[in-house]
Amino acid sequence: MDQTTLNIIVVGLSFALYFGIAIWARAGSTSEFYAAGRGVNPVVNGMATAADWMSAASFISMAGLIAFSGYTNSLFLMGWTGGYVLMAMLLAPYLRKFGKYTVPEFIGDRYYSNTARVVAVVSLIVISVTYVIGQMTGAGVAFSRFLEVESTTGLFIASAVVFVYAVLGGMKGITYTQVAQYVVLIIAYTIPAVFISLQLTGNPIPGLGLFSTMAEGQVGAGQHLLVTLDGLLTDLGFNEYTAGTNAWLMALYTLSLMIGTAGLPHVIIRFFTVPKVADARWSAGWALVFIALLYLTAPAVGAMARLNITTQFWPEGIQGEAVSLETIENDDAYDWMATWQATGLLGWEDKNGDGRIQYYNDANADMQALAAERGWAGNELTNFNRDILVLANPEIANLPGWVVALIAAGGIAAALSTAAGLLLAISSAISHDLIKSVINPNISERGELLAARISMAGAIVLATYLGLNPPGFAAQVVALAFGLAAATLFPVLMMGIFSKRMNSAGATWGMLAGLISTCLYLFLYLGWFFIPGTNMLTADQYLFGIPPTHFGPIGAVFNFAVAYLVSNATAAPPKEIQDLVESVRIPRGAGAAINK
Amino acid sequence: MAEKSDNNAYWAANIRLVTISLVIWAFASYGFGILLRPLISGIAVGGTDLGFWFAQQGSILVFLVLIFFYAWRMNKIDKEHGVDE
Repeated sequence: MDQTTLNIIVVGLSFALYFGIAIWARAGSTSEFYAAGRGVNPVVNGMATAADWMSAASFISMAGLIAFSGYTNSLFLMGWTGGYVLMAMLLAPYLRKFGKYTVPEFIGDRYYSNTARVVAVVSLIVISVTYVIGQMTGAGVAFSRFLEVESTTGLFIASAVVFVYAVLGGMKGITYTQVAQYVVLIIAYTIPAVFISLQLTGNPIPGLGLFSTMAEGQVGAGQHLLVTLDGLLTDLGFNEYTAGTNAWLMALYTLSLMIGTAGLPHVIIRFFTVPKVADARWSAGWALVFIALLYLTAPAVGAMARLNITTQFWPEGIQGEAVSLETIENDDAYDWMATWQATGLLGWEDKNGDGRIQYYNDANADMQALAAERGWAGNELTNFNRDILVLANPEIANLPGWVVALIAAGGIAAALSTAAGLLLAISSAISHDLIKSVINPNISERGELLAARISMAGAIVLATYLGLNPPGFAAQVVALAFGLAAATLFPVLMMGIFSKRMNSAGATWGMLAGLISTCLYLFLYLGWFFIPGTNMLTADQYLFGIPPTHFGPIGAVFNFAVAYLVSNATAAPPKEIQDLVESVRIPRGAGAAINK
Repeated sequence: MAEKSDNNAYWAANIRLVTISLVIWAFASYGFGILLRPLISGIAVGGTDLGFWFAQQGSILVFLVLIFFYAWRMNKIDKEHGVDE
């Protein structure tokens, strides 16, 4: 059986599983559609949250991001996990006690203002829509790489699958499909990692293997893996893998990701599905357990893949000869190169015509001198997409075909599970916060459920359209999503719980200050509405050297400061709002809100 | 008013626990993982220094312990103040 057939069978089986769950977990009421009837076990919710959270970017791109920067991009590991500490202690339990269905609903009710509600809805939609584009294109890419269909066709298939279980099942269907998707994606991620760690270091746990010594028969046997890798990379003129970086900028970016993570509505609403406040606290812990299984493995995957690839190109080290074109063509160990060349993610060119492929950093002055001496004409690995590190990993390590098929199913599962969570956040903000709370408060339960399903269908159509016609700035908008979540939603949610004095005017102006300052900073450097060429300032003019991607915490500071000043200059919130704050702080009574 | 003052004591206990937890959270990530890395670079771990380990493994493990510790301790505080369910 060839690899594509195997991939189709494994991916097809995973889809059959998702459909089965969708039929079993149909939503019959708005409570089930928005919050899975608040009957989800905390461990199960933790697993669903992990799948909800870990997107195509976590699954496919993160290990590559770390592999090509080494230490510096550890900020993604810390940023995308540390936010859960903030969520677990500052937001999730209290919002669960509040006992409603959406994030803008808390903001609207707590600040007794439909203006605040609408600003929150707008922020939520901008954050979630930008985020969902990446998932749809990610799913399309995974389809086209592994199933040999056009990425457009892949995108349509992905949308159709999400349509079935999200429209039918709402949060209830999404929760249980996310659990299945988590299982698929974590198996797909860890199996190749365990094999590779065993090969290189003899340690089956990749996170430990990363700090172990190289096994017998491997390059640098008996020496630590990271020392070996540092040596190989500096030989080729690259930075040391473990080298330091600008610590303050790294800390600022980490903070932006952490606060942004804690403020992402599609993750927060997952904690509305558990029965009690105590469950919400445990559930955040379980979510991080399941996330950590991947996040503790990812740095090992990155380092080991970089090491494997480097030694494949320099089998005898830099003192010896580079790998020959003949070997690349005939040796089974190099089959992956032809496979991935076909996808356009990998490319090489024998520039000096010596029949060998020299891979090195040709921007490094010392390497240029060495190249002149040895007759090299520049780096010959001309195209090296970092996503390859995860996608081609099982092939590079010579693992069996079913492991490759699992990676296909895992990548698609990661994209679909996150897309579904985002789509639910968008559709519930429309049907519940705009239609039910603002436009037509008298809508019946059945009417609202229908509106929720129609909003979901509409959101899927929009996401599909944007996936097909991705705005040229897809990479920048992810920074926008985290920056905005950090600068708008996180501060008002936190102040709504921790300050009884915070009033409607303070929160609304605070949110606007965060929203506007963040957008302005992004637009000034990246172009107005990200249209290329319309930026008014360039990278060497960053304020205090701060890139737009790092701006989230500064926007949050603006939000807090403006909210504090405006709120102190205006009247305190009414008594019943202060009582509401008092009540979200007390866990007892959360169960009573079930099916409200 | 007895209930009111007990609610205040409960909330103060929560704030204290959150503050302690977040100090540890900051030290494990921003501290040892980033800003204090040069200070602890003398401590070797698996072919590199302790700060690198904190950045790629240790901080995540500390976050995990913190969330479970908070949940366990907070659920106990709930019971002590009679606000559990």
